[in-house]
Amino acid sequence: METIVEKSLEEQFEEKIANEIRIEPKDWMPDQYRKTLIRQISQHAHSEIVGMLPEGNWITRAPSLKRKAILLSKVQDEAGHGLYLYSAAETLGASRDQMIADLHSGKAKYSSIFNYPTLSWADIGAIGWLVDGAAIMNQVPLCRTSYGPYARAMVRVCKEESFHQRQGFEIMMTLCNGAPAQKKMAQEAFNRWWWPTLMMFGPKDEESPNTEQSMRWKIKRFTNDELRQRFVDMMVPQAEFLGLTVPDPDLKWNETKNGYDFGEVNWEEFWNVVKGNGPCNKDRIQTRVKAHEEGAWVREAALAHAQKRAQREAQKQEK
Amino acid sequence: MELAHTTNTAAQSYSPELRELLFQYTLQLADTSLILGHRLSEWCGHGPILEQDLAMANIALDLLGETRSLYQYAAELEGQGRTEDDLAFLREAVEYRNPLLVEQPNGDFADTILRQFLFDGFHYLLLKQLQNCPDKRLAAIATKSFKEASYHLKWSSEWVIRLGDGTEESKHRIEKALDHLWRYSGELFQMTPVEQELHKAGFIPDYAQLKQQWDEHVAKVFAEATLEVPKNVFMQLGGKTGLHTEHLGYLLAELQYLQRAYPGLEW
Ligand SMILES: [Fe+2]
Ligand SMILES: [Fe+2]
Ligand SMILES: [Fe+2]
Repeated sequence: METIVEKSLEEQFEEKIANEIRIEPKDWMPDQYRKTLIRQISQHAHSEIVGMLPEGNWITRAPSLKRKAILLSKVQDEAGHGLYLYSAAETLGASRDQMIADLHSGKAKYSSIFNYPTLSWADIGAIGWLVDGAAIMNQVPLCRTSYGPYARAMVRVCKEESFHQRQGFEIMMTLCNGAPAQKKMAQEAFNRWWWPTLMMFGPKDEESPNTEQSMRWKIKRFTNDELRQRFVDMMVPQAEFLGLTVPDPDLKWNETKNGYDFGEVNWEEFWNVVKGNGPCNKDRIQTRVKAHEEGAWVREAALAHAQKRAQREAQKQEK
Repeated sequence: MELAHTTNTAAQSYSPELRELLFQYTLQLADTSLILGHRLSEWCGHGPILEQDLAMANIALDLLGETRSLYQYAAELEGQGRTEDDLAFLREAVEYRNPLLVEQPNGDFADTILRQFLFDGFHYLLLKQLQNCPDKRLAAIATKSFKEASYHLKWSSEWVIRLGDGTEESKHRIEKALDHLWRYSGELFQMTPVEQELHKAGFIPDYAQLKQQWDEHVAKVFAEATLEVPKNVFMQLGGKTGLHTEHLGYLLAELQYLQRAYPGLEW
């Protein structure tokens, strides 16, 4: 009996996917679909939260009041993205406490890009321009992802991400049109962030075990390599416009494929950072754990106070 | 920001003395919101709860917005061609005019909340009055910031209550904060010569009156929070006349780093 019912539910699910009908929290869905989504959405949420740290590192040192305001509101946006995404994951039955515990224990991953340090003000420009640029490339297709709450969260997120990229580009532009010291700062930041940004699209297609199933379920819309290629094609002209040199001796326009050929990503570094050996992996997690542990008494107090309040309300009602 | 572009015809007709007083006062207000906003922004990414991380960034942004409008106006009043950034990034600690309270380090969340609460009550009451300031620019800035300050005061008052009437630990922590920070609250209401002159000229309210209303609000919130209002505490003064605690120098070293390291560049 059970298997027959399940099968028909699964058929309904597959039909919706085929017809581009969104899957909603109350709909039946295969276990693996749910698990894949929880993993991906919580990873994405964690990336937003951990991603606040490298840029937050420059809020107190931003070089003008205007830049300070823009950066602070950008980093605040990222916190907001984290919130929407945690909420989207909660619709699948994940709890925020558990997700955060998994981040802190190292069980859950977040985008490796945030395991690199921000060493100069130009890194803030490079992150906005490149990292938010790559995020947009990854995320715009997610606005059409098959799971409703995720897709809707991504629509809100993407609107803000394009502002983030613009402010990053503007910082780079100001530096590149500025004094030699500023231009040098910009080129150095570009050198540091270019390759890690290309890594943001994930491993090569043939080494990405989840891609095929995710594409079939329309969680993912493009493969890692497709997105990486698009990103390179989009960014190289922008770098040229800024007068920056792409740190890749193999970069070359390829007329036949109507795109750039580019050098091989350092996959050894990629896997190393994924495994926790990047320059900032330890610091980032320690910082998050510290904030969480030092905030425990605040969360307890808020809870205790809310309970006292509710009790007093109830007593009033009785009288 | 549109405030910056309204021409202030009144300012042009001020006597040089009045103009100087208004410049000093506007600068003092700007310094105050800059330093407190800066302190709050240090929390960004490190808050105890994601929602409160957002709330603190929000308040920091409001204060920073107010700061910019005020510095822009101060620069115009001064008329020496300085910009908002010159005023924020190229002045020494002894030239800063913020009260000592706002430069105190963040400490734990209880310290931050209490510092905010003590300031918000003052800020709210002051801006409420400044909305009627005969100087149109100050009045416009106050009107915009008053709405924000009302929200800030609500937020910090609620947290004082939560922490005071929460757990034993939270009560202990907020009491410790009170023990440390209360002595900086008096300066908010202590009128400097500049403030006295401007009060006489009818530009700003009598702070003694603000203090009365502030006392009432504090008493009400503390009662709900089951906290005692401290008595007979010696009040530390000095920030508003340039005599700061040692904390300000480090804050400015960080804030001003790029402008100092690369003088005269655009960012
Ligand atoms: Fe993102
Ligand atoms: Fe984001
Ligand atoms: Fe972003």
